[in-house]
Amino acid sequence: MTMRFVDEFRDPELAAVLGREITALCEPGRHYKVMEVCGGHTHTIYRYGVQDHLPDDIELVHGPGCPVCVIPMGRVDDGIAIAEQDGVILTCFGDMMRVPGGNGSFLDANARGADIRMVYSPLDALRIARDNPGRQVVFYAIGFETTAPSTALTVLRAKKEGVSNFSVFCNHVTIIPAIKAILDSPDLRLDAFIGPGHVSTVIGCRPYEFIPRQHGKPLVCGGFEPLDLLQSVYMIMRQLAEGRAEVENQYTRVVAYDGNPVALKVLAEVFSLRPYFEWRGLGSISSSALQLSERYAEYDAELRYDVPGLRVADPKACQCGEVLKGVLKPWECKVFGTACTPETPIGTCMVSSEGACAAYYNYGRYAKQRLHLEIAT
Amino acid sequence: MTRQITEDQVGERIEAIRRRPQRFRDERVTMAHGAGGKASRALVEGLIVPLLDNPALAALSDAASIDVGQERLAFTTDAFVVRPISFPGGSIGELAVNGTINDLAVSGARPVALSAALILEEGLSAEVLSAQVEAMARAARTAGVPVVAGDTKVVERGKCDQMYIVTTGVGVVAPETQLAADRVRAGDKVLVSGTIGDHGVAIMLARGELDIEADVHSDTRSLWDLVREVLARCGTGVHCMRDATRGGVATVLNEIAMAAEVGVVIAEERVPLRPEVMGAGEILGIDPLYVANEGKLVAFVAPEHADAALAAMRATPAGEQAAIIGEVRDEPPGRVLGRTGFGGHRMIDMLVGDPLPRIC
Ligand code: SF4
Repeated sequence: MTMRFVDEFRDPELAAVLGREITALCEPGRHYKVMEVCGGHTHTIYRYGVQDHLPDDIELVHGPGCPVCVIPMGRVDDGIAIAEQDGVILTCFGDMMRVPGGNGSFLDANARGADIRMVYSPLDALRIARDNPGRQVVFYAIGFETTAPSTALTVLRAKKEGVSNFSVFCNHVTIIPAIKAILDSPDLRLDAFIGPGHVSTVIGCRPYEFIPRQHGKPLVCGGFEPLDLLQSVYMIMRQLAEGRAEVENQYTRVVAYDGNPVALKVLAEVFSLRPYFEWRGLGSISSSALQLSERYAEYDAELRYDVPGLRVADPKACQCGEVLKGVLKPWECKVFGTACTPETPIGTCMVSSEGACAAYYNYGRYAKQRLHLEIAT
Repeated sequence: MTRQITEDQVGERIEAIRRRPQRFRDERVTMAHGAGGKASRALVEGLIVPLLDNPALAALSDAASIDVGQERLAFTTDAFVVRPISFPGGSIGELAVNGTINDLAVSGARPVALSAALILEEGLSAEVLSAQVEAMARAARTAGVPVVAGDTKVVERGKCDQMYIVTTGVGVVAPETQLAADRVRAGDKVLVSGTIGDHGVAIMLARGELDIEADVHSDTRSLWDLVREVLARCGTGVHCMRDATRGGVATVLNEIAMAAEVGVVIAEERVPLRPEVMGAGEILGIDPLYVANEGKLVAFVAPEHADAALAAMRATPAGEQAAIIGEVRDEPPGRVLGRTGFGGHRMIDMLVGDPLPRIC
């Protein structure tokens, strides 16, 4: 495997050129707010210092598309309750391990004796189930339409192979209701969106068409390299300058406008929409999450185990909801960097590297000072 | 109602908190305490050091410095726990020998002797055990440092993962050698002795949990020859050295920035990186700056000696790909900043928890 090709998407000179073209498209005196919906974008922006190539008048606002960030406390507690039952191995993605619930995180549960293991894909969880026939293995599924297909395929595989000691605790969510919630939120004025590239590989670009049509705002599906993001901003600024509002696709090398019909079919087969789902900070949103469909109910951990299923109120100080909606910048949260830090997170946005608070805390501070960073040889 | 505060004030508030003495507040030890980042720091500085309280320990360097008569000795110990115990490029036996030698070496000490304690799991095959002891012997021979004392304990099946090794080492520091974090000052150049992240990525791949095929080998090796050459060429022009093990180069840079109250700036594109390591990092969402090395050091060298130090490193087999990656500034004290290859910049903070693969 070589990854040399990425260099062409990180060229600082091309970036400077694009930055100048973007600046030229700015209307003097106007302040632009562009939301990147996806946490992967947030990470790229801070990791590479994308904002350094943008004029001050363009503000990138971080959106809700961070899978870990939207998991409410109650669902963490439910996971721990399952893990604490006799003979259960709970498996999850690494990012989940530190998410705080009402009674600590998965890491804390492990220190108390639970067996919660990090896996890289749901298929790893299935393999653990095959290797441990005497134990029950539960996969704690999280993520948007990006990760849902691989969970679905794993359930199909489990059924085909007759692995009965495997089940899924499903927390998959869908992106469109989250964007709708943001558009309906009264306290935010956004000019445009950068659409989530990975999610769009599955759902395509069509589901976003209501955004320009009903709300008059452009959306550009963007890739994850820093130049992808700059180009997406450029395409947005062109639309705004020309008075257009459309869905455009910057990430054409990966995203087909109509998405991935195979993945969509698998999703429809294995999952059904939940009537409502509690999102961290955003509250209960109807038809915004997936559960295993009736045909696969035998793999549904929520039916296999008694989970408390309680709604646990977020800590009072936590303002993750405002941050997820882009109403507050991470550092504007009262506990940012003091009570809430990556090592002692109060909110979920401080956990995953895709969370706006963690990305800003780990990479972004000092960005404003435009320090002189030339290094003499 | 709270008063609106500015972004800069938030930054200052965070700095103040970061400087507070560490406290260990957790109810139990979690895996995060073992990952080499902030939680490990809280465990060591907040619980262990205050209880064992003494100046040599409180210096928190790779090896303690103790004076015995006219001699200055360096003294260090390290426990090795790795799964799998063999991996491309090395095994736990080599790590145990080289790791302790390197803690002595970066303290400027000529390693003199090691001890080793083996903790063995009931049922461990004789073949595996002798292979690991042979690996230790080989590493010790290559480095010219004998293992002169030892101990073995056997624990019940399941109470340890095949075998753990604890090694302790003693070295002698030449009178003219002066290496300490507080000697680092603005203007110093920052050098790394070669490609970073090789060991950690080799281990992650060797666990076989990832669907990635890449030819990455652990870099485990003794750094004493390299250190000796650099000290011979640059003497007191070398201000400080650290081996960049757990927590990687980023952790070392942060430790020094905080200890010396200086700012460190690096240019990311200058950091030597194998394409395979970069590729694996991309796929896993892991930043190689935080990945463990077992044969790489970071050196802070006075600017007028930097080129000589670089040449000295490159002239040894362990340092062929050494590079100057950055420099030390007065501002911002205690912080590490990176200029990204993309022409932007970012903070490089201490690692929090384990470097966990990103999920989407
Ligand atoms: S600082 Fe912490 S509590 Fe505040 S919004 Fe961010 S993650 Fe949530």
